[in-house]
Amino acid sequence: MLMVKNPPSASRRERTSSHDGFLRYRNFRWAKIAAVICGISIAAYLMIDVQPHPNGGSAEGYVLGTIGALLILWLTLLGVRKRAMTRGRWSLKAWTSAHVYLGLSLIVIATLHTGFQFGWNVHTLAYALMMLVILSGIWGISMYGALPKALSDNREMMTETQMLEALRSIDRQLHEAAQPLDQENADLVQSSLEQDPFGGGLWARLTGRYSNCSTRAAQAELRRGAAFRPKLADDPLDRIDSLLERKGSILLRVRRHLRLKALLEIWLYVHVPITFALIAALSAHIVSVFFYW
Amino acid sequence: MSDAFRIAIVGSGPAGLSAAGRAAELGLSHVLLEKTDHLSDTIYKYQKGKHVMATPVQLALRSPLDFDAGKREKVLGTWDEQTAKHGVNVMHHADVKAITGAKGDFTLKLTDGREVKAETVILAIGTQGNPNLMRCPIEDGAVVQYTLDDPAEYNDEHITVVGGGDAGIENALGLAAEVAQGNVVSLCNRSAEFSTAKGPNVAALLGARDAGRMQVLTESTPAKVEKGWITFDTRDGELKIRCDRVIARMGSAPPRAFVEACCAEFEEKEDPRNPGKMMRGVKAGTGVQFTSNDRLAYPVLSPTFESTVPGIFVIGALAGYPLIKHCMNQGYDVVEFINGNTALKPADEPILEKKFAGLPKGRDVAEWLELLRTNIGILQGLSPLQMREFMLDSDVRMYRPGEVIFVRGAREDSLFAIAEGSVLVEINPQDPSITVPIGTGEIFGEVGLISGRTRGATIRAAEKSIIVEISRLAALRLQRQVPSAQKEITRISIERQLLQLFKAGLTKEDVAEVVAGAEVRTVKAGEAVITEGEQGSDVFVIRSGSMIVEKTVGGKPVFLSYVPAGSFVGEMALIDGGLRTATVKAAIKADVIRLPGEAFARLMASKPALEQRVRQDMEARRIVNSFVEERKHSFSGAVDLYSQTAKFLIDEGIGEATDVLLIDENLCVGCDNCEKACADSHDGLSRLDREAGKTYAHLHVPTSCRHCEHPHCMADCPPNAIHRGPDGEVFIDDTCIGCGNCQRNCPYGVIRMDKVPPKKPSLLSWLFLGLGPGPGEPSHEWSVENSKGEKPKKAIKCDMCSGIEGGPACVRACPTGAAIRVSPDEFLTVARLEA
Repeated sequence: MLMVKNPPSASRRERTSSHDGFLRYRNFRWAKIAAVICGISIAAYLMIDVQPHPNGGSAEGYVLGTIGALLILWLTLLGVRKRAMTRGRWSLKAWTSAHVYLGLSLIVIATLHTGFQFGWNVHTLAYALMMLVILSGIWGISMYGALPKALSDNREMMTETQMLEALRSIDRQLHEAAQPLDQENADLVQSSLEQDPFGGGLWARLTGRYSNCSTRAAQAELRRGAAFRPKLADDPLDRIDSLLERKGSILLRVRRHLRLKALLEIWLYVHVPITFALIAALSAHIVSVFFYW
Repeated sequence: MSDAFRIAIVGSGPAGLSAAGRAAELGLSHVLLEKTDHLSDTIYKYQKGKHVMATPVQLALRSPLDFDAGKREKVLGTWDEQTAKHGVNVMHHADVKAITGAKGDFTLKLTDGREVKAETVILAIGTQGNPNLMRCPIEDGAVVQYTLDDPAEYNDEHITVVGGGDAGIENALGLAAEVAQGNVVSLCNRSAEFSTAKGPNVAALLGARDAGRMQVLTESTPAKVEKGWITFDTRDGELKIRCDRVIARMGSAPPRAFVEACCAEFEEKEDPRNPGKMMRGVKAGTGVQFTSNDRLAYPVLSPTFESTVPGIFVIGALAGYPLIKHCMNQGYDVVEFINGNTALKPADEPILEKKFAGLPKGRDVAEWLELLRTNIGILQGLSPLQMREFMLDSDVRMYRPGEVIFVRGAREDSLFAIAEGSVLVEINPQDPSITVPIGTGEIFGEVGLISGRTRGATIRAAEKSIIVEISRLAALRLQRQVPSAQKEITRISIERQLLQLFKAGLTKEDVAEVVAGAEVRTVKAGEAVITEGEQGSDVFVIRSGSMIVEKTVGGKPVFLSYVPAGSFVGEMALIDGGLRTATVKAAIKADVIRLPGEAFARLMASKPALEQRVRQDMEARRIVNSFVEERKHSFSGAVDLYSQTAKFLIDEGIGEATDVLLIDENLCVGCDNCEKACADSHDGLSRLDREAGKTYAHLHVPTSCRHCEHPHCMADCPPNAIHRGPDGEVFIDDTCIGCGNCQRNCPYGVIRMDKVPPKKPSLLSWLFLGLGPGPGEPSHEWSVENSKGEKPKKAIKCDMCSGIEGGPACVRACPTGAAIRVSPDEFLTVARLEA
């Protein structure tokens, strides 16, 4: 390691911010812990011969089940931890890291807890819901891995407020520039001004495709018309065309921005509600197990 | 006006009003001269409903007029009413142009030709000055105004705004904002650039121009104003446009020239700005004298506020007291003094008494002040009045033998002076028993003051000592007021810096030759002190600011390292001989000490330990050099990226930062949890804007405080409410009066003015019952709906979560690890290249 020597910038404040992402946190500390937990669970499963066959009601099964249930509750608490800005030496990054790897270890722990006994009952429902939560989490992590860079590139140092402000400013200019136009062309510009450019529902938001965008339609229509007219100097339609062009490109940017943000968030709308369904099913599972014991 | 008044008071601000009120109470014949048609113009011009603060809280108000924090309207209303009640003799529209005569017989000439006679004059004109006037011919009947109160007043007019500063731009934008008003607005600026205006204002102006809402004329000056028309001189010749109204916003002239000319004798002398030309100037030693030529200097005053012209008294902001309460107290005091009440103790007496309370008994405030002034070398040039003011911003304490005064590594920026006793400096952190003494009358702690860096050594009292801690603000003012103090501080700081930097058992005598030849130089950002390939053997010590080292590789400059204040550069060529191997240039405006090469070489020759120490440092640099040389062909891409990133960060002001928030946009998912955490840790207001700010190679510098080494925000804070905390954080305390100076002075736009929102329901009641706005900063609407009573807007900025266990909330609350806080010397090292 090579360092340039500088006088010590002694500070009494501790520096806690090491530059590593939540997946690599402290050199994969939580990945290692999760792997050890999984390894021990698998080894125990293989070494202990439960009669007549492995099941959740055995002593080993109870241990795994208890660990799994407590883990699920703890993992749910990330939602509270994230929002409760209390004092103290905690880092949300460490929590996220642990959340990810311990959450993944549930695949092993819970599957072993079932003893591979599945059926159409509340027990398997809880298991299935848990797997759905984990799958949506994996999907989320892949989004977290892939999209931030694209989000940053697309912004090009503009904030969302600035993008929307730019859009409004172009709309104002369009409104002024359209004053000398005839009714037909003015209506086209009006249609672009009136449309909510981000309407079109969830699908449009997630794909970034807005098939009935009236800005694009208006521009196409104006250009079609222009092809049949003589070229004039200082034609107000030229200014309209360039404004619509600018509006089109800023719309593209905002729509991409909203799409990326939506993709970064949408998985949470699966992950979190199913977590609550899981906790309900889990409670039913635990109560019923003890009730029918 | 035939008879002379006993007292003429010029200016009806808080100081003048209070003085006039006291004179009326005492039944003295007096006149209050106000240039406008209303009292207290500065406060009158505050925006509607502005909350006026009454700091410092501990200072008692001594004035015939009442004053309490409250809305501008209420404050002004009280004053108007009480001025009338006391029967103050006010003369409106009385703009004093010149003052002549002598004590007992002054003549005040007004701009409209009237004259006022008075025995004594109190100048309470503040520091705002008069607006610069249009100098071109103006036809009768043409409308020219110098203020704009409400842009909505004007409809369907052709309006020309002259002046491209913030005031002009804001006026022009306001007039053109509402299309329905039908105004045709033009703005004219003398130069091509809008260099004095804020960035967002310029952007808005150019946006309005591009949208066709306004005409912007650059490199133009008005040549003639006629009824309905204005003519400009432009780069391309004359231009005449329609114009019903001219609004001139061309800055204001500080009142210093007027004050200096009071009762002065004049002589012909050379114009300093126009060599060769003669001008009428004030003869030295006459008129009201100022403490120095510094732009911020104040008049020389006696303890009774009397200037160098007997009979002319100066109070208020012009005397160096910008706070309303101070001004009002002085108004009262000065009239008492003029009336012969010499026994009156200043209103700050109790505050000073408290400061001296911890010291041995037996002396009163005046005696203590005099003791400090005579014992401490750098204070000897202060007048008794200045000494009082100085002590208000300083502290004095008694230390027992062995008691720690400050510890190595603390980030404070005050200066210490020994009034009695002596201290010991622990020069070796490993062995506290090795010490160097500093004796009575001397100063210490000057490195923190000058470089803004951490304390270099722990210092303890050697015996029972009385020591003054001089705040940064007081120390800076002292240096402005007393040039000899400045020289002394500079000399001591150079000497100490060398001793501390090189250690190696050097003594004052060893470095005397080098110190004598040393020269302090200010270097502009981007300017080089050492250029690669040049001859030279001088060594440079960076006193304040920071430098970057660059080397040309393959025709492109490659960033080698960041050198903070307190380091030295240039030793390589001195030891090895030969040409400079790299370029060293200022990252931000910096002060360097140039040490003559030959003298330094002689010193090294006589002190082998020093040479060894310098060689050690050099070795580390040589490794970096060879590291880059070695690989310049193989990894130019990586070096390039590193070099560019470093340059980007320096451009973003990281060079003057001590601790800055960075966001790795490869990891940031845009959840804004950092902002929410910030708001929830601090009264519900976020002090950072994650999305705003520049980005390079996915490294984002959000709009958030960098805790500069020399904070720009501290420069002009009337209540002195901005401080640097023990961990280096720059924070604003509760005495903020919401004036917005710091916000305007911050080049990074990280200070906001806002009201503290009401308290939110708890997190659990939001989670389970949906009460309140949830985590993060509440919406403006919610705050307005739920707040009770009037709250002032105050300046809000990052305090690095000082006092909060666990450290900065933004970093703790980042779920992905995108947010990091770094100091530049940790972050800008080639070491990162290998990581």
